[in-house]
Amino acid sequence: MEESSVQQAHVNAPPKGFLRKYVFSLDHKMIGKQYYGLALAAVFTGMALSWLMRIHMVWPLAKIPGLDLLSKAGAPGGIITPEYYLSLMTMHGTLMVFFVLTNAPFAAFGNYFLPIQIGAEDMAFPRFNMMSFWTTFVAWAVLMLAFFIPDGPPISGWTSYAPLSAVGRDAGPGMEYGMSLWGISIALFCVGSLLGALNFIATTLDLRAKGMTLMRMPLCTWAWFITSCIALLAFAVLLPACILLILDRHAGTSFFIPAGLVISDRMQPHSGGSPLLWQHLFWFFGHPEVYIAILPSMGIVSHILINSMRKPLLSHKVVIYSMMSIGFLSYMVWGHHMFLSGMNPTSALAFSFPTLTITIPATLLTLMWLGSLYGARIQINSASLFALGFISMFVSGGVSGFFLAQPSIDIYLHATYFVVGHFHMVMGVASLFGVFAGTYFWFPKMSGRMMNETLGKLHFWVTFIGTYCVFMPFHYLGLIGNVRRYQSFVDDFMQPYIGWHKFITICALITGAGQLIFLFNLIYSRFKGEPAPQNPWNATSLEWSIPSPPPWNNFGDKHPVVYHDPYQYGVKGSKGDFVMQDSPEQVIVSGD
Amino acid sequence: MSSTIATPVNSQTPALPQAKRGSAHSVALARQADRASRSGIWVGLFAITMSFAAFSSALFVRQGTMDWTHIVLPSVLYLNTLFLLASSATLEVARRSLTAASPVGSNAAARKASAWVILTLLLGLVFCVGQFAAWRDLRAQGIYLTTNPNSSFFYVLTFIHALHVLAGIAALVHLAGRLTASHSTFRRSLFENTAIYWHFMAVLWVYLFLLCRMKL
Repeated sequence: MEESSVQQAHVNAPPKGFLRKYVFSLDHKMIGKQYYGLALAAVFTGMALSWLMRIHMVWPLAKIPGLDLLSKAGAPGGIITPEYYLSLMTMHGTLMVFFVLTNAPFAAFGNYFLPIQIGAEDMAFPRFNMMSFWTTFVAWAVLMLAFFIPDGPPISGWTSYAPLSAVGRDAGPGMEYGMSLWGISIALFCVGSLLGALNFIATTLDLRAKGMTLMRMPLCTWAWFITSCIALLAFAVLLPACILLILDRHAGTSFFIPAGLVISDRMQPHSGGSPLLWQHLFWFFGHPEVYIAILPSMGIVSHILINSMRKPLLSHKVVIYSMMSIGFLSYMVWGHHMFLSGMNPTSALAFSFPTLTITIPATLLTLMWLGSLYGARIQINSASLFALGFISMFVSGGVSGFFLAQPSIDIYLHATYFVVGHFHMVMGVASLFGVFAGTYFWFPKMSGRMMNETLGKLHFWVTFIGTYCVFMPFHYLGLIGNVRRYQSFVDDFMQPYIGWHKFITICALITGAGQLIFLFNLIYSRFKGEPAPQNPWNATSLEWSIPSPPPWNNFGDKHPVVYHDPYQYGVKGSKGDFVMQDSPEQVIVSGD
Repeated sequence: MSSTIATPVNSQTPALPQAKRGSAHSVALARQADRASRSGIWVGLFAITMSFAAFSSALFVRQGTMDWTHIVLPSVLYLNTLFLLASSATLEVARRSLTAASPVGSNAAARKASAWVILTLLLGLVFCVGQFAAWRDLRAQGIYLTTNPNSSFFYVLTFIHALHVLAGIAALVHLAGRLTASHSTFRRSLFENTAIYWHFMAVLWVYLFLLCRMKL
């Protein structure tokens, strides 16, 4: 027997057969598209849920046709009960944070483009890659099952705080089987994410093509790499937390349930647990998770902006190191979600400092983008519009974070709509703008066809204006004391603001309808879009050096050799004002 | 669905000869794959460490909030520890027999290494059986998963560790199979990565055992 240098799974013959090509694919490109499809299904479901929530808030007696078929107990006669509102809210948050914001910018685009951008034929572990997608898919299916069981989905919010999430049926409808399904779903999601993160890290470290040094990787590759490092450690903590929660619920342990707890007039048969422990474990994952949601979009937007401006950013090293600092600091701030949990105020100070510190790299990034844009002649298209919109959203949503980072102010603002406005803008909308930008930018490469520009611009303006109309008022509502996670606002002081809520609801419905423009554009262009050239944006990175769509092994017979960083814009090249990364042409102006 | 729309290839890279088995490129690819699998195992172990760190911190937080009633750890755990450490030793003997033989990877050396790998996994199985005996011992004392917070942590930590050990045993079975299969090609990195994982499980157990001894 000899030790021979046999290739890994990814250097095989092209996949054959429907199942191998489209279902159980080992090809990172197909897996990326599968993640994107899953995220698309999740985002439209999550959006529909938000519509139901918003309608219920302003028209509590509205009859939603068909909803009583889905849940007889939750929506008798189509009218959403208060408890069902909480179920819808829980599923909205869970779907959006996990299955949209972690999947789309990171798993979908990262899987598709990271190997290509570093010049590799596939990910390091294609079988793990396939397993990670299908684990995530099963996690999604398990979660969605909660809609169809009689008791419905859980009502504990996407944060599932103990003890209510741990005690079972006594905590309310959906807290028996629905909550268990949530726990299993998220545990499975953790496994899928861990496998994915492992793949990204090993691929980035070891599968780079000749000449592709770390500093020559595009900024979005850096963002995916840093995100996967964060994800590896974060999901590795959420998984034990979910395991302990499942044990509390089904095995009678008391990790999170204290003694002497009476819920629904019933003494809970547990003792010695700490509800605060769940918050620590959850937020130790939860805060890095929000950076997992935003960092890839930061990278995608940087990548697209450089291309649209036809010039490099002021300093790419600053962008890379800022992203790294954000990743590092993200592990030190989790307590800022717990300022009102009863923790020692000194620890609140200890968490407040790094939270304010993390604004520094975030601000540096913003300065890099804005500073580079100053004086630039940016080519406006759907992708660059969404990239610019990202900066706007990130800043608008981010500045409210400065306030929330301070315990003294957070005492008032915690659990109000101020927080809801903050995270929706800075994480939800901004991240989705990055996904939209990436879609418009990379659709030609993935499908070989261009998306419709008119529809794209229309989609941008409806979404940009619409999301501002929806989420900006949230900040003001929070300041006047509008509590979050309430299904109705009956207090006297809230009555003058019900009109605001009506305005928000209508804007939300219109903005949501505007997303159908995007969906139509996506599907129509896939079949009827104009054929795309290989490099429609005159971009420099390696994905633009291969055909659209790429062959099964990305580079075909060629083994890319990289000579430059991806910032060679505004230089004299044989193609125009840019030089591609794999071009041996000399550059007159070298990058950072 | 994935039909390539024909576009002129305008990339600058000159076309290189197609990768063939044994060609320079395929050798480079294989080395890349070896490096990637080495990175992969360390990254995976890092994630596992983080998970056990989460369990440990949960233990510290819980312990700080109430009176502990210490449980007496079954003495079979000491024996189990010895077996697991011994299994690490036998795996190292397997490694020596792989490198010592010449030429590297000859059939005789592979069979000898395989025998030591099988001994390793048998010792690992003995460890798992011993852990089961420890749980039975505790149950005989009336200490179950839910009896008190200490016991909950003990059962959870040892069970999750045992699951990881079983995964390692599966990997060792696979390794032994690849070492003895007559027509397969054996990659050295498979041995190295499996060994790294297995030794880590031993180190992890020593940490968990000390943690339980001191805290529970």
